[in-house]
Amino acid sequence: MSAGTTTAPTYRTLTVPQLDQLLSALCKEGYLTIGPTVGDAAIVYDEIRSTKDLPRGYTDEQEAGSYRLRENAQGYFAYITPVQSAKQYLHPPRQHLWEAVKDSEGFHILPDPPANTRYAFVGLRPCELRAIEIQDRVFLTEPFVAQHYKALRQAAFLIVAQCTRAGATCFCQSMGTGPAARGGFDLALTEFPEEATFLLEIGTPRGQAIVDAIGCAEAPEEMVEQARARQSQAALQMGRRLDTEELPKQLGSSYSSGRWEQIARRCLSCGNCTMVCPTCFCTNVEDTASLTGDHAGRWQRWDSCFTSELSYIHGGVVRKSTASRYRQWLLHKLCTWHEQFGESGCVGCGRCITWCPVGIDITEEAQALRQAH
Amino acid sequence: MQPSIDVSSSPADPMTPRMFRVLRNYNDTADCYTLSLQAEDGDPLLFAPGQFTMLYAFGRGEVPISISGDPSDPGTLIHTIREVGPVTQALREVKKGGLIGVRGPYGTAWPVKEAEGNDVVFVAGGIGLAPLRPALYQVLHRRSRFGKVALLYGARTPNDILYRDELEKWRSRFDMQVEVTVDRSQAGWRGHVGVVTRLISRTGFDPVNTIAMVCGPEVMMRFAVAELTGRGVAQEQIHVSLERNMKCAVGFCGHCQLGPAFICKDGPVFVFPEVKRLLSIREV
Amino acid sequence: MDTLQRILTSHPFFEGMWADHLQIITGCATNVRFEEGDYIFRQGEEANHFYLIRQGKVTKEISPPQSEPLIVQTLEEGDILGWSWLVPPYQWRYDARALTMTRAIALDGACLRNKCEHDRELGYELLKRFSLTVSRTLDATILQLMDVYAAID
Repeated sequence: MSAGTTTAPTYRTLTVPQLDQLLSALCKEGYLTIGPTVGDAAIVYDEIRSTKDLPRGYTDEQEAGSYRLRENAQGYFAYITPVQSAKQYLHPPRQHLWEAVKDSEGFHILPDPPANTRYAFVGLRPCELRAIEIQDRVFLTEPFVAQHYKALRQAAFLIVAQCTRAGATCFCQSMGTGPAARGGFDLALTEFPEEATFLLEIGTPRGQAIVDAIGCAEAPEEMVEQARARQSQAALQMGRRLDTEELPKQLGSSYSSGRWEQIARRCLSCGNCTMVCPTCFCTNVEDTASLTGDHAGRWQRWDSCFTSELSYIHGGVVRKSTASRYRQWLLHKLCTWHEQFGESGCVGCGRCITWCPVGIDITEEAQALRQAH
Repeated sequence: MQPSIDVSSSPADPMTPRMFRVLRNYNDTADCYTLSLQAEDGDPLLFAPGQFTMLYAFGRGEVPISISGDPSDPGTLIHTIREVGPVTQALREVKKGGLIGVRGPYGTAWPVKEAEGNDVVFVAGGIGLAPLRPALYQVLHRRSRFGKVALLYGARTPNDILYRDELEKWRSRFDMQVEVTVDRSQAGWRGHVGVVTRLISRTGFDPVNTIAMVCGPEVMMRFAVAELTGRGVAQEQIHVSLERNMKCAVGFCGHCQLGPAFICKDGPVFVFPEVKRLLSIREV
Repeated sequence: MDTLQRILTSHPFFEGMWADHLQIITGCATNVRFEEGDYIFRQGEEANHFYLIRQGKVTKEISPPQSEPLIVQTLEEGDILGWSWLVPPYQWRYDARALTMTRAIALDGACLRNKCEHDRELGYELLKRFSLTVSRTLDATILQLMDVYAAID
């Protein structure tokens, strides 16, 4: 899905003041600009107004079960990945679906109109961009189209910050989702922190239009080459890797592996991995009723395959053990997603490794399961 | 009534129910009841046998229920429901004239068309007769296109037998075999006692040219499939209907996954080899 | 070939059995008929026969002292009734009753046991066939015990 035909990429240079102009221009066009900022001792996505809100000079150190914010970097996008992804905006944790109101006839249903919020995401990582495309397949494939997601997604303006370094839990290179995005964005930035400039890549006509209004200079060829070189540098820094050759097939025969039990001895079934995963989409519904009994609401909220409720059918829970829940999660990401949607459900962002309280590493587990094969 | 308001109330929104009025709500057995519904907007809900809907009870929630009426009479939407939780309890309490929200129909269908020219064996267990009934209607409407037709039905006790009058009517036909068995007998019961799978060996059909449609508790279906394949019916000729938790019914919520399958979209009706392996693994 | 042997030959239970074995078995067979309500055998009685049901419906019942008899299974045309004649102490464990008028072939267990002791090949053939009946009954019993249609709390 794109907001127009993708044009051949054209390259411009963008200074920091011009980035501010870009943010203002987006605001003027009615976008709510969302970008990385420092909050809760971490890099998080939040509303940003100007480059002052960006985490300038900050970076993060991520490892299995560990995250540290550091203030020793150069540039605005020197961190690896924010805690959450764009998922929390496009597929929010809680979504009102409709309201039912009692009347003399019985009751009637008032659907919640799709939000008209227009998000402009500033600094999406290529893996996160890819995650959005993966969720598109879940929510926008005919005949069933999720109306709320569709409205937010169609309106969203996407600005990628290409990766010029990779973290210890990153493995996008293995998943083919990074470190550089080659399309699917409106605009993409590659930061040159020592010169406080960016190479700006234009992906769509609407991206072009907004850039034209600012009047950025065309980028010299060597700047484009240098950006490519920096992105390639990131590819060499991947802290993790996952051999995906024949992986879905081999994992498909791992259901009875003893490894699941071993993982379950560590796994707390907390669901953190599913919450931070940019592609995990499971939801539950909540029905609410007013005390007077004449109003009822219906909400959709994030769920996780690590809860017992997810697999509950009248009389009991299908996935009773932690082993079966972890197996559902990992196999869904790396194996059955392929059969469902024709691609992997993992983008290699590494969040599930970083935010696992006990440091379970999906790349290590997948490799072990493959070897057992 | 308030006027309808916005784009999301269009049928394109898969999460918003349509309103249906209860024409009849009656008890079949101690824990099963049948709801007969009519669309408020007059638009019949066209469905294929085996498909299900999501039924919404005001303020209580939504449940997936297989349609059990006649596909050729879609003006009246019929569901036979087993009371197993708060929503099915609330639906039971909706009186004639009351409103219920309905989404759907969803899911795959029984292979009635493909079964033409073959013998057809229906194996039903418990409430599993309800999702099979639309397929049975369709077969009987076009009876001459099929070979032998048999309905093998197992219930818990004689009091739990669904659609008694209809079973009697079908039994009196000369062109179909109807066998009903109970797991637990009661005084006065003169029919079969024993599990439904034991009926399979007593039924006349040509295994090579038979389509079997099986619906009931998963364990019962596993035994039934074993018995059918033992009789020489190829696995590719056996169709089963599966049950998992469904919240959205359109593949958004992830609840009903069975390995790669979304039961709501890829099922509930599967040809057996599609799910064979997964049914043999625990906690999938 | 007399009528009895023809009936036995065409019964699925004896399918593929050698003719000379069938002849021995026929020597132990008699035609029997039970009227509706008749006991075919009762729990605790000596188990001297087994039955190939040809027509009718038979119930296997267990009778608790304080309530109506519990019907655990019904048997019909083509089914085999009873294997207690094969295993010590050769006593019936339940009652068998004709729910409708029933025709069957009764096979004399004592006679057959004796013949099997002398002809091990015949013994093995019979045991194979009874094992299948016993195992299928056991499968059905397991499924029945699971009470799969019961309300789940």
